[in-house]
Amino acid sequence: MNFIKNIFENTKPYVQKGAKYHWLHSVHDGFFTLFFVQKNTSKSGTHIHDYIDLKRTMGMVVLALVPAILMGMYNTGYQHFKAIDELASTGFFEIFLFGLLKVLPIIIVSYGVGLGIEFVFAQIRGHEIQEGFLVSGMLIPLVMPVETPLWMIAVATAFAVVIGKEVFGGTGMNIWNPALVARAFLFFAYPAQMSGIKVWVAGSQATDAITCATPLGDAASGVISYTASDAFFGLVPGSIGETSTLAILIGAVLLIVTGIGSWRIMLSTIAGGAVMGLILNAFAGSASLSEANQVFFAIPFWHHLILGGFMFGAIFMATDPVSGSQTVSGKWIYGFLIGILAVLIRVVNPAYPEGMMLAILLMNTFAPLIDHYVVQGHIKKRLKRATVSGRTA
Amino acid sequence: MSEVIRLKKGLNIKLKGSAEKVLEKLPVPATVALKPTDFPGLTPKLSVKADAIVKAGDALFYDKYHPEIVFTAPVGGKVVSINRGERRKILEVVIETDKDAGSASFKKADPNTLSGEEVKEQILKSGLWPFIKKRPYGVIASPDQKPLSIYISTFDTAPLAPDYNFVIAGQLETFQTGVNALAKLTEGKVYLGVNANSAFTGVKNVEINTFEGPHPAGNVGVQIANTKPLNKGEVVWTLNVQDVLLIGRLFETGNVDFSRIVALTGSEVSAPKYYQTVVGAPVASLVQERLVEANYHLRIISGNVLTGKKVGPQQYFGFYDSQITVIPEGDEYEFMGWASPGFDKFSASKAFLGKLFPKKEYTLNANLHGGERAFVMSGQYEKLVPIDILPVHLLKAILVNDIDKMEQLGIYEVIEEDLALCEYACTSKVEVQKILRDGINIMIKELG
Repeated sequence: MNFIKNIFENTKPYVQKGAKYHWLHSVHDGFFTLFFVQKNTSKSGTHIHDYIDLKRTMGMVVLALVPAILMGMYNTGYQHFKAIDELASTGFFEIFLFGLLKVLPIIIVSYGVGLGIEFVFAQIRGHEIQEGFLVSGMLIPLVMPVETPLWMIAVATAFAVVIGKEVFGGTGMNIWNPALVARAFLFFAYPAQMSGIKVWVAGSQATDAITCATPLGDAASGVISYTASDAFFGLVPGSIGETSTLAILIGAVLLIVTGIGSWRIMLSTIAGGAVMGLILNAFAGSASLSEANQVFFAIPFWHHLILGGFMFGAIFMATDPVSGSQTVSGKWIYGFLIGILAVLIRVVNPAYPEGMMLAILLMNTFAPLIDHYVVQGHIKKRLKRATVSGRTA
Repeated sequence: MSEVIRLKKGLNIKLKGSAEKVLEKLPVPATVALKPTDFPGLTPKLSVKADAIVKAGDALFYDKYHPEIVFTAPVGGKVVSINRGERRKILEVVIETDKDAGSASFKKADPNTLSGEEVKEQILKSGLWPFIKKRPYGVIASPDQKPLSIYISTFDTAPLAPDYNFVIAGQLETFQTGVNALAKLTEGKVYLGVNANSAFTGVKNVEINTFEGPHPAGNVGVQIANTKPLNKGEVVWTLNVQDVLLIGRLFETGNVDFSRIVALTGSEVSAPKYYQTVVGAPVASLVQERLVEANYHLRIISGNVLTGKKVGPQQYFGFYDSQITVIPEGDEYEFMGWASPGFDKFSASKAFLGKLFPKKEYTLNANLHGGERAFVMSGQYEKLVPIDILPVHLLKAILVNDIDKMEQLGIYEVIEEDLALCEYACTSKVEVQKILRDGINIMIKELG
């Protein structure tokens, strides 16, 4: 350890301001702080500080994502071999390896492009590398269809980091979840490539006879193409990390136990989705609906929770502490409305079967407004107390 | 007795090195000092010159804007030096103590027989007034204001804090005298905040509120907020237990007696226990030869680890403090520290496995354990503040200098110590107490 520490310490003078390699300062600092918690001690205020820092926090979220990543890799292989009809003859490891090789480049591109931009911004602004992208860089691959070209991943990541985050001032200042900005960017910029039936299953472009739409896409056209257990375990086509509700719930347990993810948002989002599902069920028999709509309206309300990106969004995206609501009662409202909107958009507007993405981005936009009213309520309560007490000094 | 007020929010930080309940009397130190820097917002004016001979209770300096508030010598002797800092700011007035210097004499009387004005005058003249602080803002009370009531917390929940039930042993009568004197200063009541099994429940002439819960339940600000929260324009006064004792002694004996019991605590103290010394004693007189031998740096804190001030052994003990804490400085690199499982790491969060051993006592150092960041996490502060405010929103209002918002969000109800836990637990290492004091200073400057 001392050996590595010495390398960092000895090279430090060369990246100081005015030194020859100052342009490498943020890179040096980024890796130094990654390997070693620095020796800075408290200068004002409390003399002791909690061991938790943003690296630990973000590290925990990435850890919580691991089950979804692994399951996503396996499912990528599973869908591929299913599409070419070789599922029965392929072993578990071969399936997983195929998925690994398919998904790993996407993760590398996302981290490479995103962290590169982060390093540049940190250098220009003269602050430390901020850890927010450790999570965003993993979320971006997980919300992408597996056949998204790597150059698109690169463009979307760059867009998300620059427009979604850095223009607002970096981690902690952004108003939308950066990973969803990346997804939305591709969704609207390259609609032809990003929807339809070809992007969801690796290798399906080669075998053009087979349609591999997501269960949500099918349901929107009035076809039920999934079983609930497949959707729960994650053996259906979909974005890489979103398919397995089980894997996502394992991550959710870690986030709740460590207190890093807000259980209030998770719970209220799920409640909102369930309530909207029930409302749609009530209208399922209505004669004014098209035939396809009647099918989609009628699916059991809890299916909405295990289909598509709903659970992934509820656990990992809606709970983003920066772009979400920050007050306690605000969190309940914010999450509930995400759930309502996600299911509403996906069913009533079949052009956007990925309602979760839009619902979260929309509520990200409204989160400051929700918080504003919560804070106003708090202020009114205090004012009222002052008038009621009527004491004078 | 009133019912128990149970506070759920907060956190007890379990540190190694709590003081054993043994009291050792220390001799009068060779020098003592009064530090104007212990009083936030004070502009001091000197009343003595170097080489002057003073008795205990003689004025050393006074408040430029309230000349009636004087700061007196804790012990008699000779003023040996007046240490100044940048722009000739007075840092310390140092007295070489002399046993035979004697003490200024004041009226010896039962406060019950005196009028409010007489009590006030005696406290002002003797130099004990600075012990009376006011809320809002936590600064020295203005003698011309009438407080709604006076609050005294009789227990301290901060890490390794002294146990006042032990400190008060044998001095309850003096405490009662002090309370009687204070009762003369307000038309309202004197409120006593006590914990379970308190030695203070027999005190008369007060209203007792019992509190239960983790730190900061012992903070007087928390106790006010959970009984009668302060509104705009309201003023109350607050005192610590040992300050009430000083006032009590003044009326019982007619002399000032600035002696004070200090808990020497912390993981780096070889035998943590209580010592009797005087206000303004040198830190060295307390810590010398009482610390463990270490091959790493130590941090000596006058006060507790959350709100105290870092001091060197050659410096002097804080005016209001009843505790010295010594912890490792922690100025060392830690390899991949953020990724370790953390069995030995105490945290307000649940992200370290140390959480599995709730009974364990920890050695914590002064390392920041991470870099400063913008506010990222939400909900972290709220869990630690048992007061009905929105801490993050208040801090943000201060950061953008929005006085209206600060007022609306309840800046009158808190001082640094009430939000200190937030600073400890903050993932982004935000300097909460500094920001809050800046905000309070703005309020004092703009609204007085």
